[in-house]
Amino acid sequence: MDHLAVWVAAFLTLGIISFLYKDNPWYKLSEAIFVGISAGYWFVTLFWDNIYGKFWVGKGEDPMLWVGAALGVLMLLRLIPKIGWISRWPLAFIVGCTAGLYLINYLSSNMMRQVQGTILPFFSSQFGSGFDATAYTIVGNIVVAVGTFTGLVYFFFSKEHKGAFGGTARVGIFFIMLTFGASFGYTVMSRMSLLIGRVDFLFFDWLGMIK
Amino acid sequence: MIIQKRNKITKVHWLLLLPLLICVSTPLVAAQSGTSANPFDTTLIVPDTAAVAAEPVTDLTVADHRYDHGEKLDLTWVPSADDPPVGGTVVGYRVYRIADGSEPVLVAELPPGTNHHTDEGTSADSSYVYFVTSVTTSAEYESARTEAIVPNVEWLNFDKKYLFLLALIVGGSVVIFIETARRGKKLFVRKIAGLEAVDDAVGRATEMGRPILFIPGILDMDDVQTLAGLTILGRISRVIADYDTRIFMPVSRSLVMTAGRETIKAAYQTAGRPDKYSDDMVTYVTDEQFGYVAAVDGIMVREKPATVFLLGAFFAESLILAETGNYIGAIQIAGTARPAQLPFFIAACDFTLIGEELFAASAYLSNEPKALGSLKGQDVGKAIAMAVIILGVVAVTIGEAWQVGIMNDLTDILRAIFSTM
Repeated sequence: MDHLAVWVAAFLTLGIISFLYKDNPWYKLSEAIFVGISAGYWFVTLFWDNIYGKFWVGKGEDPMLWVGAALGVLMLLRLIPKIGWISRWPLAFIVGCTAGLYLINYLSSNMMRQVQGTILPFFSSQFGSGFDATAYTIVGNIVVAVGTFTGLVYFFFSKEHKGAFGGTARVGIFFIMLTFGASFGYTVMSRMSLLIGRVDFLFFDWLGMIK
Repeated sequence: MIIQKRNKITKVHWLLLLPLLICVSTPLVAAQSGTSANPFDTTLIVPDTAAVAAEPVTDLTVADHRYDHGEKLDLTWVPSADDPPVGGTVVGYRVYRIADGSEPVLVAELPPGTNHHTDEGTSADSSYVYFVTSVTTSAEYESARTEAIVPNVEWLNFDKKYLFLLALIVGGSVVIFIETARRGKKLFVRKIAGLEAVDDAVGRATEMGRPILFIPGILDMDDVQTLAGLTILGRISRVIADYDTRIFMPVSRSLVMTAGRETIKAAYQTAGRPDKYSDDMVTYVTDEQFGYVAAVDGIMVREKPATVFLLGAFFAESLILAETGNYIGAIQIAGTARPAQLPFFIAACDFTLIGEELFAASAYLSNEPKALGSLKGQDVGKAIAMAVIILGVVAVTIGEAWQVGIMNDLTDILRAIFSTM
């Protein structure tokens, strides 16, 4: 049975990889199996975890579960055209709650903590005796402060990017692009590990060429 | 006769038990000689005359934890006199809780040198007494017990007063700007490069007779990026309805499918073409990330859309989707607030809305008072942040380089205000 599973997995893996050549029947078959099985898997998982697990086994003991259930039922009312408009209420509830929740989280983490972490000295007697500071600390602090400030200028939408303001915004986008460059390389490396995982599966588990 | 038999059995019994007793007694001997690997046992170690001695902790106090729901109490004490940094007999401390006069319950095992602990297992409707024991390799020495205390429930967290103040300023600014826009005053928002291309991209699809593909990311309606993407979808759908172009939107979340259909339907109604709308424009694929990607890639190469919009929250699938769109020669406009995925969009797409530009775009395109007011209100927050950064950096640099007292005080104040957790 395990051997059969490995062969099926290898067949589907190669089918998906075949997309690199071009769209073909093998890819279409693999794609359809992938989409169909995953959609079914999620349906079954959500049904048994939520509806069966929480309302049948768990008897819906947490009152908040019934609030969620009521909102879910309201969503289903869109199947009845005459009162389908009620299905907008649970959507509005989710959107409104999310906006309120994130407002405080983002104000706290993305703004206040960032500003606090940016208040750094360019020079300090604590870096060494007098101005005998280490270049690493000075450059690091300047990069953090200038990068954050100019980045904020770039994302300021109430003023046209012209003159000195535009120049500052250009410095900001320079910092942003530098960050993206570093992030690109880092993320590509993590994607390579995904590829290595698949190649390892093909050569180790399926073909047995790697011992 | 019976007694003799019993004696016989007893001797045999002892002979059998001897190896077992040796095995059992070994850890006890090890513990008494100070060689036990784990000094903490689940049972109380009763001191005896041969036990390693230690002074108990002193000045044990318990106080209510500030701004909680009554689930925390703070304990402080002076460590045992036999707990110096080096060479003491104390190997740790144990904190015991007595709730409503019941049996003591062990709530924490702490390393030597510890002088405080926060018990996070209390409730506001019980009374608690604590004691701490100094643990040696062979015994525990109990401190005096605290006074009984009932945890308080605080409704307001004054540690977050500055966060509240900032939220009030930004929120108030949003309200003021919305009202200003409603009264007809034009609010200026600078041009956003990617958005200028939206009309051209839709027009290109119309001229080529090909559909437009809209990907709203893979997160649900509780993600603000998905909301921003759908807001832009509303504007795009209106242009599409005007041009009578086809739009297709495969989604990975059922709620996004519902919201997407509502958005496009409303746009077609606004454009005066409700008959052109079809529920088939938005279809659910699967919640599975890469299953969704496989399906969308297949759609791209088969339908060959002239324009692809990638607006929402994306993860590892970002480059796969953007690269496939690039491969089929579609004009691509992307936008996300996920920093790790933005480099891929910048590399593979024609226009990219970076981070907050995605949120600003929805306001810019809709030109609605609420969206514009919200954007302008956020700019007030950014202006405050910029001003504080300049002030703070200047103050901390002068203060630390020349040891100017007033500048150090100003730095401390600013850091305290913005240290809200």
